[in-house]
Amino acid sequence: MSAQASKQDWGARVIILAPYLWLAAFFLAPFVIVLKISLSQTALAQPPYLPVFDLTTGWSGLKDFAAQFSADSFRLLSSDALYLFSYLKSLQVAGISTAILLVVGYPIAYGMARVSRAWQPLLVIAVVLPFWTSFLIRIYAWINILQRDGPLNDVLMHLHVIDTPAAWLSSDTAIYIGVVYSYLPFMVLPLYAVLEKMDETLLEAAADLGCPRWKSFWLVTLPLSLPGVAAGALLCFIPIVGEFVIPDLLGGSETLMIGQTLWTEFFSNRDWPVAAAIAVALLGLLLVPILFYERLQQRSLEGGR
Amino acid sequence: MKRGASSFNIISVALGLAFLYLPITILVIYSFNASRLVTVWGGWSLAWYRELLHDDAMLQSAWISLRVAALSASSATVLGTLAAVALTRMGRFRGRLLLSGMVYAPLVMPEVITGLSLLLLFVAINVDRGFWTIVIAHTTLTMCFVTVIVQSRLVGFDRSLEEAAMDLGCPPLKTFLTITLPLIAPAIAAGWMLAFVLSLDDLVVASFMTGPGATTLPIRIYSEVRLGIKPEINAVCTIMIAIVALGTVASSLIVKRGVMRRERAALGAQV
Repeated sequence: MSAQASKQDWGARVIILAPYLWLAAFFLAPFVIVLKISLSQTALAQPPYLPVFDLTTGWSGLKDFAAQFSADSFRLLSSDALYLFSYLKSLQVAGISTAILLVVGYPIAYGMARVSRAWQPLLVIAVVLPFWTSFLIRIYAWINILQRDGPLNDVLMHLHVIDTPAAWLSSDTAIYIGVVYSYLPFMVLPLYAVLEKMDETLLEAAADLGCPRWKSFWLVTLPLSLPGVAAGALLCFIPIVGEFVIPDLLGGSETLMIGQTLWTEFFSNRDWPVAAAIAVALLGLLLVPILFYERLQQRSLEGGR
Repeated sequence: MKRGASSFNIISVALGLAFLYLPITILVIYSFNASRLVTVWGGWSLAWYRELLHDDAMLQSAWISLRVAALSASSATVLGTLAAVALTRMGRFRGRLLLSGMVYAPLVMPEVITGLSLLLLFVAINVDRGFWTIVIAHTTLTMCFVTVIVQSRLVGFDRSLEEAAMDLGCPPLKTFLTITLPLIAPAIAAGWMLAFVLSLDDLVVASFMTGPGATTLPIRIYSEVRLGIKPEINAVCTIMIAIVALGTVASSLIVKRGVMRRERAALGAQV
């Protein structure tokens, strides 16, 4: 019996340890290194930063190593307005897009939850399917549409909304269109999940007591759907702040979003410490929303623990 | 929720779906355009698909992407399923909060951060970047999606089946293999497919991880798209859309058949 119990114990340990060690090595440890490099200095070397830790130099090497740390990269971040504007722009794009997504996504999720049960699984697949096709392809499709001589201008000119073709690409409008298009399923699905589970007797009770439909929506449906609103908003807001592909392909070049700035510092300027400092600052900015999101996930997937 | 949709409900769903599908439809139609000018319609043609067949660089990238996706999706499915089992069936263990934190964070973590931090890790431990570093990065990125899918299935089904087997003396491993695993198999399959698609799709993390000779399909498409619209890219995209659509239909049919078979078996048991 005890042999079996210890075998069982061993099995449980493997089940826990395998994903644990993997994530600790490839998700957690990298953040420690990012933090370390954000405190390093740029150098014309391979890798392009100082100090590089060398295990062979032993204890004195470690002391030297620690002495060379500097907050230069962070000082640069706070002194150059370029970075500040970049952060503000990212927050603005993420905030406005999330608001648009809520306004657009809510009626869709609400409608999905109200059609007959037989149709609902099909509609869920229909909403998820575009998410399964490549992100890059969907953005690329919009480049086709938004071009100067593309279909959107054709339609608008045909309807006499505009007389000359408008430049849609390389503008903030194009970024918003791309972001809303790409993230719509992430907003609709959590909203649908709470709306679909809602107890219809509550609405019937409200109607029986003479509550008009708009009022029962405002007083019953909306408050009860708030967990879905929070989940959808966080699921969209956090990744949009760090978005790179959409602003890079659809947006202009005046003010970059923070993901683009990080990309440029890393790939074009080869300034790894500054890129790492941007990542650390971005992470700090998103820490609170990420922790909120984790609480929501734990509650919904682990039964309220 | 009260059934019976108003016309407002139906219109908002219809408009939503139109918004989601119109751009993809336009892209597919343009891929059959005979004209080299993307926006001028020159009649139906398969010219760009033929051209694609001779584009060795693109085909090579597609092959690399498929191998990366298959390898990383498979390892992510194993690790992600283990994590889901640990989080739902192991009760409270030390470090549980940290594990669930590490599982959910990558779902929303901006890809530039994940990509940069993994790259700096590989530089720090002196590992050359290339095929295998992309596989490792994609495994890390996608296993969390597998965990969430499998976890919601594990939370959702009746635990009394497992408990009954254990009460009758079935050892835990056997219980897991004969009771739990078949029940969560559809979720595991869905998780694998999602991981595969996400890996096939990823540009940002792969760009940080790539090295000589490991140009994945999205990296190749991205560098071409930056140079401007090419009808050939429309053709590549259409093929990828077709593969995903077929895969989704096939998997939903498989799941449906599995459910029907189980229902029939349950019916038989009752009779």
